[in-house]
Amino acid sequence: MSGGVIHNYGTAIRSAFEYLLDRYPEVFILGQGLWSPWYVGNTMTDLDKRFGRDRIIDTPVSELATTGAGVGAALAGMRPIVIHPRMDFMLYAMDAIVNQAAKWSHMVGGQAHSGVTIRAIINRGGEQGAQHSQALHAWFAHIPGLRVVMPATVADARDLLIASVCCPDPVVYIDDRWLYELTAELPPIEERDLALEGPRMVNEGSDLTLVGSGFSTELALRAARQLAEEGVSCDVIDLRVLNPLDPGLIVKSVTKTGRLLAIDGGWRTCGMAAEVLALVSERVPPGALGARPARLTLPDAPAPTSRVLEELYYPSVRSVRDAALKVLAGGTLD
Amino acid sequence: MIGPLHMLGDLADPSKHQEDLEIEGVAPDTLVSWLRSMLSIRMVEQHLAAMRREGVIGGPVHLGIGQEAVAVGVSEFLSPSDMVFGAHRSHAHLLALGGSIHGLFAEVLGRDTGLSRGMGGSMHLWDQPNGFYGSVPIVAGTVPLAVGAGLASKLRGDPNISVSYLGDGAVEEGGVQESLNLARVLGARVLFVVENNLFSSHMHISLRQPSDSTARFAAAHDITSEVVDGNDVVAVAGAAERLVGRIRRGEGPAFLEAVTYRWLGHVDWREDIDVGVARSAVDVALWKARDPLARLERAMVTAGLWSGEMRRKAASELETEIASAWGRAAADPWPPSSALLDRVYARRAGSR
Ligand SMILES: Cc1ncc(C[n+]2csc(CCOP(=O)(O)OP(=O)(O)O)c2C)c(N)n1
Ligand SMILES: [Mg+2]
Repeated sequence: MSGGVIHNYGTAIRSAFEYLLDRYPEVFILGQGLWSPWYVGNTMTDLDKRFGRDRIIDTPVSELATTGAGVGAALAGMRPIVIHPRMDFMLYAMDAIVNQAAKWSHMVGGQAHSGVTIRAIINRGGEQGAQHSQALHAWFAHIPGLRVVMPATVADARDLLIASVCCPDPVVYIDDRWLYELTAELPPIEERDLALEGPRMVNEGSDLTLVGSGFSTELALRAARQLAEEGVSCDVIDLRVLNPLDPGLIVKSVTKTGRLLAIDGGWRTCGMAAEVLALVSERVPPGALGARPARLTLPDAPAPTSRVLEELYYPSVRSVRDAALKVLAGGTLD
Repeated sequence: MIGPLHMLGDLADPSKHQEDLEIEGVAPDTLVSWLRSMLSIRMVEQHLAAMRREGVIGGPVHLGIGQEAVAVGVSEFLSPSDMVFGAHRSHAHLLALGGSIHGLFAEVLGRDTGLSRGMGGSMHLWDQPNGFYGSVPIVAGTVPLAVGAGLASKLRGDPNISVSYLGDGAVEEGGVQESLNLARVLGARVLFVVENNLFSSHMHISLRQPSDSTARFAAAHDITSEVVDGNDVVAVAGAAERLVGRIRRGEGPAFLEAVTYRWLGHVDWREDIDVGVARSAVDVALWKARDPLARLERAMVTAGLWSGEMRRKAASELETEIASAWGRAAADPWPPSSALLDRVYARRAGSR
């Protein structure tokens, strides 16, 4: 790509905000930390100075009210973006998201929709522990009526944010602090229709299918690179849009490779990896599988603080690689 | 409009209330014990700040240097059978109840000997044997829990009370308003203590609320309240004694607003992290001059109850204690890897 702009994941998000605020007067942003240089990383730096504090609103510590206000402002014709600097904080906002935003269109016969975008940041590690580490994307993906988006690349960080805000439905857009250092050269912005976006093949191979979303995709890609050096070639699929989830690409890939390892930064039980395994077991023809499908997730425990336990807790390139080799050898993961 | 909006006025002005404390009528032993307790908390937190700066502590620490008088004044009227709940900035709440410095240090270092057995760090503390039921970093998360604890004690008919420490930011959570109402209508034996340090991370209260006094919420819910200079341990203790007495007598919940200021930034050791949004270096300097410790100390020196020599001795004893507690904590074992799954439920993994 020539003539593009170099971005990291964080500045790519910021460029999406700039684009939206420049182009759409009905876009405004509210949430905690928006006027602070350190709350939301480099993703919103000085937006308040450029667009004014009427449109970039740093709020009281009131997740339910701010999120509900976003839902309502959207019903009133605005395009609000609600920011939760940590996904854990937005649990106070569950009613606005799950009972109101997600249900509105259906409850009123499809005649009105809340096009609010709720940006939730996964911010874990650093010995922060149980209430400052959660990756709850699977929860939201469970809710009909919410579109759930998880960008794993610099381009998607920008482009899926714009698509989310332009989408007439409520969208939960989940970005991950562990991806903020990724860099890429991006082409000029082209708006996309979120309803047409879905899983994407980000690496092609033949022995094994790795499926991830957000940071798990990045782990899968890095593990695939290492596995390639060891003579194992992997399809890597990035889910991108977790709900509604289009199974086509995953089914096609696993039908080809016969082997699946789903990787997820959430918990195991009823998690996103469970959904991927379920759709594969429903749709991949019997006989096409050469090994038991497997998942690598967090253990079913809250995040610990102690650094020795934190090291065991999160999937790593190494643990993905080891799990992939186990799957290839016909084993199970536990 | 029912009435004019209550404002803090003077109490929020750092150029005021810098004078020595009025200590007349307080027993000398009590004053000395408050002073030692505040000094100990301050030195422990200064140590944590230094260790965090050096990277020895891996997780965030929210320090309350400058706010020591609140916890010390309130804890004077609590016993280990009371039930205290805190939040992200709770080292002082725990230490003022007599919590172990070594246990706190080991927790912050993620060791198995820590107060939460290394599972929680600075933001998730537990010391129930001393009456500290737990602190968590979800803002206002423990406020309804404290109401429930105060309700339990009412239902059982025992004299224990619960204490809910919260900040001026926390009152912006809807759950706090629900909790105040619930506590009032159910007659829960709970004391709400708002440490109003005028900031919620980078945001001054004037950017978040129409009044700088959170006691208006107590009034709205018909809960008895007092508003005091939180940098005056005598004033805090006086109000706490009256309010705790009421609650123990079954006269309903109560609310104490203590106006104070944190000397450091929102998190970790830096002073400047939120300067630039509304917190100015001038304000920080003025608030340091309104030091709860120095104001008590000066008054006690004037009254002949304390001296520079006693201060040096106390500080040096504390230094030794802190160094020894830290040394032991740093050499303590890590939690075993089985801790990851074994501590999720009361029954261990594998059983049902
Ligand atoms: C539900 C929730 N929202 C936001 C945060 C981020 N946060 C952590 S501490 C804090 C400030 C709270 O201010 P206050 O209650 O006044 O306590 P202080 O820090 O002044 O002690 C905020 C907003 C959080 N931890 N939890
Ligand atoms: Mg505060």
